[in-house]
Amino acid sequence: MSQKVLLSEKEINIILHRLACQLIENHIGFKNTVLIGIQPRGVYLAERLKKILIEDYAIPEVKLGYLDITFYRDDFRRGDKPLEANKTKIDFLVEDKNVVFIDDVLYTGRSIRAALTAIQSFGRPNEIELLTLIDRRFSRHLPIQPDYRGRQVDAINQEKVKVMWKEQEGEDKVYLINK
Amino acid sequence: MSELSVNHLLGIKYLNEADIQLIFETADHFKEVINRPIKKVPSLRDITIANLFFENSTRTKLSFELAEKRLSADVINFSAGQSSVKKGETLIDTVNNILSMKVDMVVMRHPNPGAGVFLSKNVKASIVNAGDGAHEHPTQALLDSYSIREKLGDVAGKNVVIVGDILHSRVALSNIFALKLQGAKVKVCGPKTLIPKFITSLGVEVETNLRKALEWCDVANMLRVQNERMDISYFPSTREYTQQFGVNKALLDSLNKEIVIMHPGPINRGVEITSDVADSKQAIILNQVENGVAIRMAVIYLLASKIKQ
Repeated sequence: MSQKVLLSEKEINIILHRLACQLIENHIGFKNTVLIGIQPRGVYLAERLKKILIEDYAIPEVKLGYLDITFYRDDFRRGDKPLEANKTKIDFLVEDKNVVFIDDVLYTGRSIRAALTAIQSFGRPNEIELLTLIDRRFSRHLPIQPDYRGRQVDAINQEKVKVMWKEQEGEDKVYLINK
Repeated sequence: MSELSVNHLLGIKYLNEADIQLIFETADHFKEVINRPIKKVPSLRDITIANLFFENSTRTKLSFELAEKRLSADVINFSAGQSSVKKGETLIDTVNNILSMKVDMVVMRHPNPGAGVFLSKNVKASIVNAGDGAHEHPTQALLDSYSIREKLGDVAGKNVVIVGDILHSRVALSNIFALKLQGAKVKVCGPKTLIPKFITSLGVEVETNLRKALEWCDVANMLRVQNERMDISYFPSTREYTQQFGVNKALLDSLNKEIVIMHPGPINRGVEITSDVADSKQAIILNQVENGVAIRMAVIYLLASKIKQ
């Protein structure tokens, strides 16, 4: 197994601030906008962005929820391992809200397809956008594209893109791992 | 995530502690799902489940059916009363006929102990025991333990007394297995005629004095007096049973602590417990019913994940 660094801590920091600014451009005060981190790894990115929006750009309130998509995936009984559920925590209404899905890596698009179904259980959003730190282009199984992307990556299927967060793994870094 | 160590849920005695914890953790997620505006997930849309009830049931059948539908499974129902069983068909033939219709899982209630085990050895489908005679009722025991965990934080170390008709009760037996497995202390309490002689070999104590049992316990699980299973008289009269083994408000108030009251239902109001106890804050009877759906969703989901395509 070999790995190389795709993004350093400094690069991630710059990208996070750019993504936050892009969100502000489109959603200004976040009055009618909610962020939804896709479990399990999207929530770390979502929390970072929320922190930057509030602390660095003085947005008074940013609503953030976590969405688990386990029970909505189309690969139940197809994998080797059982699907592990995570916590869903959305303590606000998404009805008529502008929802921004946040996930760390966009790969086949199947997770986002599941998330689009799952969010319907909480109401009918006005619109849904997708923000992703890494966009693995050329790997899509479904016609899904991000509205905000940190970095586009060309990676073959044997490779894995792993996003590390300081809160969890002790460092901010993105690796390309050759399995 | 680990997976269940079994392919069928035939009884608690076939499970280990990790299985129970996995079911509880999965049920936590489903409990969140059933409190959403839309309470349905599409996980099991390619699974067909047959509910075979060879014995009357209202709440267990409804609870299973609701759990299956909330997982988006296709459901077919069967009641022995209106079936070919009355014409002399064997259990295996009945089930195999149903399985020919491409059924993946069978939820079965049967009056004979061991019917689920027998079926699991003879037919190709995942079997869930929804009560077999006076043997086991595993999902009831799981939801009871889950409700204790929810109310008191943990099952381990808790003192639980099961009161009433232990002899005819599959709920009691499954509960004893489940509670012991999770590290609770268990006593049974009831008329001596309704306590089987082997019960102490399961590691439980027998107490015939209800007050002493209540003073000892954190949780009292009050079983229903099963008049339909009593072909001979086990106690002089219902009135006398109530006086000795019924729980009322005055008795609870006279204790120096607040205990949790459970009942698997249906309640004979005024017999096992009085109405003011059944409707009090100490009783978690309706929580048990709500948790039943989440537990059954978890069991079906975890067993379905082991059905190979």
